Amino acid sequence: MEQQGEYLIPAPKARVWAALNDPQVLAGCIQGCQEMQRLDDSHFDARVKARVGPVSATFDVALELQDVRAPDSYRIVGNVKGGAAGFARGEAVVKLDAAEADGTRLTYTVEAAIGGKLAQVGSRLIDAATRKMADEFFAQFRSTLAPASPPPLENTDDAPVERADRQYEGAPHWKIWVVIFAVFLLAMVLAY
Amino acid sequence: MGNPVTGIGAAVVRREDARFITGAGRYTDDIRVEGQAYAVFVRSPYAHARIVEIDCAQASEIPGVVAILTGDDMQADGIGSLPCGWNVTQKDGTDMRVPPHPPLATGHVNYVGDPVAVVVAESLETARQAAEAVAVEFDELPPVVDLATAQVSAEIHAGITHNLAYEWELGDREATDAALAGAAHVTRLDLVNNRLIPNAMEPRAALGIHDAATGEHTLYTTSQNPHLARLILSAFVNVAPEHKLRIIAPDVGGGFGSKIFVYGEETTVIWAARRLRRPVKWTADRSESFLADAHGRDHLTHAELGLDAEGRFVALKVHTVANLGAYLSTFASAVPTYLYGTLLAGQYRTPCIHVEVHGVYTNTAPVDAYRGAGRPEATYVVERIVENAARETGRDPAELRRLNMIRPEDFPYQTPVALVYDTGNYEQSLDRALELADYRGFSERRRQSAANGRRRGIGFACYIEACGLAPSRLAISLGAGVGLYESGEVRFNPTGSVTVFTGTHSHGQGHETTFAQVVSHRLGVPFEAVEVVHGDTGRIEFGLGTYGSRSLAVGGSALVLAADKVIEKGRLIAAHLMESSPDNVDFEDGAYRLKDSNRSMTIQEVAFASYVPGNYPDGLEPGLSEKAFYDPENFTYPAGTHIAEVEVDEQTGVVSLVNFIAVDDFGRIVNPLVVHGQVHGGVAQGVGQALLEVGRYDATGQLLTGTMMDYCLPRADDLPDFVVDTTVTPCTHNPLGVKGCGEAGAIGSPAAVMNAVTDALGVPDLAMPATPEKVWRELRRQREQA
Repeated sequence: MEQQGEYLIPAPKARVWAALNDPQVLAGCIQGCQEMQRLDDSHFDARVKARVGPVSATFDVALELQDVRAPDSYRIVGNVKGGAAGFARGEAVVKLDAAEADGTRLTYTVEAAIGGKLAQVGSRLIDAATRKMADEFFAQFRSTLAPASPPPLENTDDAPVERADRQYEGAPHWKIWVVIFAVFLLAMVLAY
Repeated sequence: MGNPVTGIGAAVVRREDARFITGAGRYTDDIRVEGQAYAVFVRSPYAHARIVEIDCAQASEIPGVVAILTGDDMQADGIGSLPCGWNVTQKDGTDMRVPPHPPLATGHVNYVGDPVAVVVAESLETARQAAEAVAVEFDELPPVVDLATAQVSAEIHAGITHNLAYEWELGDREATDAALAGAAHVTRLDLVNNRLIPNAMEPRAALGIHDAATGEHTLYTTSQNPHLARLILSAFVNVAPEHKLRIIAPDVGGGFGSKIFVYGEETTVIWAARRLRRPVKWTADRSESFLADAHGRDHLTHAELGLDAEGRFVALKVHTVANLGAYLSTFASAVPTYLYGTLLAGQYRTPCIHVEVHGVYTNTAPVDAYRGAGRPEATYVVERIVENAARETGRDPAELRRLNMIRPEDFPYQTPVALVYDTGNYEQSLDRALELADYRGFSERRRQSAANGRRRGIGFACYIEACGLAPSRLAISLGAGVGLYESGEVRFNPTGSVTVFTGTHSHGQGHETTFAQVVSHRLGVPFEAVEVVHGDTGRIEFGLGTYGSRSLAVGGSALVLAADKVIEKGRLIAAHLMESSPDNVDFEDGAYRLKDSNRSMTIQEVAFASYVPGNYPDGLEPGLSEKAFYDPENFTYPAGTHIAEVEVDEQTGVVSLVNFIAVDDFGRIVNPLVVHGQVHGGVAQGVGQALLEVGRYDATGQLLTGTMMDYCLPRADDLPDFVVDTTVTPCTHNPLGVKGCGEAGAIGSPAAVMNAVTDALGVPDLAMPATPEKVWRELRRQREQA
């Protein structure tokens, strides 16, 4: 499957980038996340337990970061293995562009394939369910970002960008990639 | 002669239905034995991959798990590969190429659903849980999914180049080419025969029991042919010696071909029962059925039909690529060859026919016989191209058919594709169908439909099939691994009731009724006094089962022979008791009568005497029970005309089947009620193929139609009230004069419906199934062009 989406977020790009890197903001996006492990700078493993309908399975998520260009874009390539439940693999590209009124346009493209039982019983629902989950994710993301911290009306200094950079340096940022990508891949997984 | 209420020809209500519709049937899953454990299979989620490792450590620790077994364990126990029962000789004279087919995959998996391990546990829930905990590491390989390009794709099985099982041909290529070159008109057509997924109401199931004391293995299973399964499991797969293996197929809820074959799961169950010293039960869930029951059809065909200036067919040339799936299933090789190419003459006198078939492996579920098996595919080719030829040359489709039909005086008719048709009257069924369809009134109905925003179309299919499989000598000479005769036994019990044993198997066909009619009619005993036993290798001597509309023609004939032997032995006893000689004793309506006398005695009295032989002929064995094997001389050739009328909604593209006429010649009819039921079911399946059903894989070999939400089976409201009638030309070579009726409905109807749909749309072809989306796109294309 292939899917594209676009969200307008009422915050400047640097803040959006920072928020995407803030585990607090993103926490709770994935229920059942049991462990995450950083293998090296660009490879991560995660284990997520999910129960969907009649099937409960533990999904092993393996991610690779590519083309990280803060604060503009990144690409994540991932593999989700769910044993008897099947598998998913694919990649997501997320881009941030400055938009009108100091907002940010977030566009994403996901290309993914699913297999096994997931494909057998879930294929028909995947597109709609993935979009729904992405919509929900970004709706919440936007509301978290907008009311609590209205965008500066003037004097947009470099501070937020610096803060973002700091956070990028300091935070266990690989978790964020896991979370972001997992939103897309688990959307496929959970779709069924 | 014969009882008009229960004898041959009477519309007797099926006696087995009472237990089926009240939930009293006894299916494999209903059978529970002390200590039985439950099996769940771990299946491949990939279409093509190497098995790197099967890690059972975590799963084994789950309380209640009895064992987790793999293909390696099976091989270590000497269990062999599942064989294909029919060797097809290629056009270059070499044998077809068959890959190993281990019951549980070893080394590689070759389709999504390929079983790689089995978990046996104390409960089904535990087995399921543990199956999910088995961690199989796969190394993915490029899958071959697309049939059109499979021959130029990566090799699936080592050494099987171009993924080709065989290149097979039949007929005279040169003569056909020459005739086509000289034809006044040539109609060309590319056709797809869509992949179908059988959906019997009862999924496959097995219960394996091993008695360590006697060494006997008992396998309860959903089989259409338990003796054949025993033969294969014993002789080829090495499960157990034949005399230590009993296979029981109790009530079975539908087969349609998918339960003919010997599969890995059932094989695993009986082996595991011995290895684990526990009865083991497995029942497929519906998802497993979709993935791992053998699928049907799946052909790509190019055909050319040449006509002379008067419209007579001069030649038919057919090239077909047939999908065999990942492995060669039990009868898979024969379906697109001997059950397909040989039927391409249809009902016509086409003098030159040549067919070439490429049987191709892909990383999809194995493809094998499904209701009709090769004959619906052949009929689709012949009847679609004949219909198009009529349209292209401006002829009435019914009249073009009539012009080319084999006439009653032409029989026996040798076709250019090996078969000899014994009898038939094709024009008679065509005429009757035209009358029932009110063909003359069609143009008026078409006008009315147009006024309501609907396009109306009419389509014909004049089909033929070869049934009554099969003359053993011929079948074996063509590569069959077994004879295709049938056996039966007619046993009088001392008190006069009759137990009939047949090697065929009833899983919806109603044999318990029709076979009892045949035997009670022949012996002149009450219908209620005759019991039919089938489906147990421990009770029935031998048999080859039920498929190919063979049961009555071959199995019923065996019972007639056995009954006649009973009558003859009884005549000796009756003659002795009536103090006369056997040639002075006539047998009629259940009684032996002394000629020129009013002395008589019933066959039931004779039966009693045979078991209490005080006053008894010298040297004659006591008892009145006889066995017979019947080997047919020829196939039987049911034929008929199906006419479909459809309306297409201009706005939505929905195709409504508004009328369907089936006029079939099944030879003599034992039970018209059962025959009509078989036709109804077959037509429903054929209409499903034409309008609703298709088994679809994505480019990576994932099955996209793996649930009943995605695979559209016909429902009652998709179908009109069928108009069913029969004409009769008795089969010339079996004692009942019967031909077989089980598959005809599914053979004629897809072509008839698609001829009607393409007629309504004014297009040369539309790929089945004619879903609303596909039809709507075609309607939109036409609007945009106009």
